[in-house]
Amino acid sequence: MSEVITPSRTRRWRDGLTASASQLGVLAACVLLWQLATLGARSPFFPTPVRIVTEMWQLWFSGDVGTLFLTEAAFEDVLPSVGRLLLGWLLAALVGIVLGMLLGRSGNALAYVGPLLSFARSIPPPALLPVFMVLFSIGFTLQLVTITFGCLWPVLLNSADGARSVDPVKAETARAFGISRAHWFVSVVLPAALPKIFAGLRISLSLALIMMVISELVGASNGLGHAMMLARDQFDYERLWGGIVLLGILGYLLNTALSAVERGVLRAVPR
Amino acid sequence: MPSMLEVSELTHTYPGQQAHTAIGGVSFEVTAGQLTCIVGPSGCGKSTLLRCIASLVTPTAGQVRLRGQPVRGVPEDLAVVFQDYGRSLFPWMSVRGNVEFPLRSRKVPRAQRRRRALDTLERVGLSGAEDKYPWQLSGGMQQRVAIARALACEPALLLMDEPFASVDAQTRFELEDLLLRVRAEQDTTILLVTHDIDESVYLGDRVLVLSKSPATVLADVEVELGQQRDQISTRESELFVRLRGEIARTLRNAPQNRGEGDHEGSREDEEPGPDSSGEDRADEPALAGSDSAGSERGPTE
Repeated sequence: MSEVITPSRTRRWRDGLTASASQLGVLAACVLLWQLATLGARSPFFPTPVRIVTEMWQLWFSGDVGTLFLTEAAFEDVLPSVGRLLLGWLLAALVGIVLGMLLGRSGNALAYVGPLLSFARSIPPPALLPVFMVLFSIGFTLQLVTITFGCLWPVLLNSADGARSVDPVKAETARAFGISRAHWFVSVVLPAALPKIFAGLRISLSLALIMMVISELVGASNGLGHAMMLARDQFDYERLWGGIVLLGILGYLLNTALSAVERGVLRAVPR
Repeated sequence: MPSMLEVSELTHTYPGQQAHTAIGGVSFEVTAGQLTCIVGPSGCGKSTLLRCIASLVTPTAGQVRLRGQPVRGVPEDLAVVFQDYGRSLFPWMSVRGNVEFPLRSRKVPRAQRRRRALDTLERVGLSGAEDKYPWQLSGGMQQRVAIARALACEPALLLMDEPFASVDAQTRFELEDLLLRVRAEQDTTILLVTHDIDESVYLGDRVLVLSKSPATVLADVEVELGQQRDQISTRESELFVRLRGEIARTLRNAPQNRGEGDHEGSREDEEPGPDSSGEDRADEPALAGSDSAGSERGPTE
């Protein structure tokens, strides 16, 4: 928890501002260094950050007000990627949380399938891409399956772990009061497992980004990964770097959003 | 009076390398409306007995009948108050949410649920605290929430496992009187487990004295102190003093069933797997503790 006991609100504000200011300072310094280095190197493979940002701006974010400044290229490159990523991640979250909680509370089942789960988790998901390509051919299904498969295991294993950790006194209380199965899972197991579930979701979200790019690099007709492959083929290194920077920003924003949701949920569900 | 609970030849042995028999053939009957206290030394299997009655633990042998019906699975019209209120209440539910929770599974309509919760909370002296969370309350108030949760179910049988063992002495007196009051109002049959002899005599219509494990019934003592009891004058009364002496003597003079000592017993009582839940934690070394506590607390004889 990042919550620290501080004397006053204003003091906390000031500390927060100072911290963000120094963070921004470091970032700015690094970008400046990058700028100077790339300016000096004059290599076509390493365009300056200013040119990368300009390229990104022109390519994706100089559209009309009506489309929230997004260009047609953004609709072609960025939105499909984000959509796939979120859909695959949410699908994995849903399946992982439900299956994980059931497994975690089902006595011996987890012990039986434990080694199997460890094995499945240990397979690097990209290694399965060739198989998926044969099975699903190139397209949306391939990308979705790849992302979901990559995201599933951390959520599933963490949910099972969290569900197992329900306080035995609470489990006994629920049994003594004849709490129904549905209420038991939703109102006792889920709240108890939430911190672990969120830990799994966070790992999965970064995996989702990775799996999204990989699946698009090998098999897609749109999306960021596809755009980057295209840029490489056209020797458009500014656009290639633009994709990399945008992926970084995307990952950062998604993680920040999830952290905010996690804080809100855990505050609403005290333990 | 009709019989509410019938326990016949109940035996429970925890399996394992050192199989431990916690209960060795316990039989008794409880009539409707009675408040029965079960008192016994630490680790004697009192909590196991209660868990067997609630079907939280399946007894090795013997039978439990509730209103004449053999008990299979946790009975619907049963409620339990555990010793460890801090772990038995759900921290993510408000006080009202905790009290309403069992009613939700009993399919009580929302409005009625709410009314029953608020009613019961008022009766245990917690009006105004319904939107708080358990962890915002003191220990005594948390146990009141647990009592309210049990009472709101309007159980035919209320089981209480050392309910007042984890609160301070003053709060304990308050909660004991609260229990007597709500019990008079609601006319519930109550089975209360305690290791405190004074408490058992003060609260009970009847006290069942259990031996060290494997537990058997050593004595079945009627407590004819009447319905009206008072923390000071009842405890001073001749009958009270005589009964607690009688029970203490029964426990001290009981033949030793096993020589290994009762500390072992208390450990083993907790040992068995997922069903146990660290029940007897606050049990101090049994008889000596409660005996001396009794003579300190009780007014001069």
